[in-house]
Amino acid sequence: MSESRYTRQELKRFFLNFAIELVIYGGMVTLYFLLALRYLADPLKDLYDNNLTAYAVVALVLIVVQAVLLEAFTSALIKRLGMKRSE
Amino acid sequence: MEFPISEVTINPLYLAGIGFLVGILGGFFGVGGGFIAGPFMFLIGVPMNFVVGTDLAHMTGKSIVASRRHRVLGHVDIKLGFIMVIGTVIGVEIGAQLVELLTNTGNVDQVIGWAYVFILLLIGSFTFIESVKAVRLIRTERIPARDAVGFSGLAQRVHGIQIPPMISFPSSGIVSISLWSVLGVGLLSGLLAGFLGVGGGFVRMPLLVYVLGVPTHVAIGTDLFEIVFSAGYGTLTHAIKGNVDILMALVMNTGAAIGAQIGAVSTRFFVGPRIRMLFSFLPFIGAALVVLRLLGILGGQF
Repeated sequence: MSESRYTRQELKRFFLNFAIELVIYGGMVTLYFLLALRYLADPLKDLYDNNLTAYAVVALVLIVVQAVLLEAFTSALIKRLGMKRSE
Repeated sequence: MEFPISEVTINPLYLAGIGFLVGILGGFFGVGGGFIAGPFMFLIGVPMNFVVGTDLAHMTGKSIVASRRHRVLGHVDIKLGFIMVIGTVIGVEIGAQLVELLTNTGNVDQVIGWAYVFILLLIGSFTFIESVKAVRLIRTERIPARDAVGFSGLAQRVHGIQIPPMISFPSSGIVSISLWSVLGVGLLSGLLAGFLGVGGGFVRMPLLVYVLGVPTHVAIGTDLFEIVFSAGYGTLTHAIKGNVDILMALVMNTGAAIGAQIGAVSTRFFVGPRIRMLFSFLPFIGAALVVLRLLGILGGQF
């Protein structure tokens, strides 16, 4: 678990892969938010004003989707690009 | 940018920035980070009733991202996490009932606030002293970093309790431990979380290490795994009360999800005692923020 296990080259490759992965993932979470803001802001506000239980469920689903699906999508994309995940 | 649900105008970059900072801390230390995110959110103009609920919502997303990353690194004990959740839920309910009882006597905010400060200082001091001792052990006794714990007596005693059923946690390196010990630790962390009104990650991580003898990296990942459920449940209950602005939470999570990945991956480069040493500063920061709020210098409720 210590840094000494890694050679300089391994570290360089690791950080490069990780940086690319973060850029892809960061872009997707931002896009997801912008799409949610563009298409869901008004329906969410209506739901918030009229049915808080349904709003609560939709809110939880939105946050879970942002975390799970986008992460899975990033993994798939990284694999498709022929890169190794920084794990 | 105007957020239609909470009806406030806030620069989304500030929210993403707060999420990023708390994400790094969460991914690295296995804490929710509400004690840091909350005051920052309040300071930039998020209404107090939306602070806790929205923070919990973004915490759910961030913990999913961080625990998935930790799981890939082999740092999550799912069996332990699920059993702990049971104890935690019961503990949270007992803690909440205690608060109700105290509310009737009055002055509840001050009592809970100073109890919170005391517990934070206790955890911070203990973890700091222990981790310094553990780092010395690695240097002088040549003990493998994974096994170096400056205070392992309590975990050994807990492992010695032979009340059936006995279970094992191979992912945590625990051969045999009483189920009741695990449930008890979950209950204690839940009780403190329910009583203090916080997520409890900063209590659970040290308890996992010092009481159950779980390696630091696994404690961090397992703690995050448990936060997914506790914060998810908290999000639902707060959203039903109208205290969650999900659009705000999604902005925060754009930063937090990236920060959490950086934090989680960074644990690869630090040994357990070093992580615990760095962790020990967090409770002091949390205590300082609570004292400022109790003295009325920093706005918002405790």
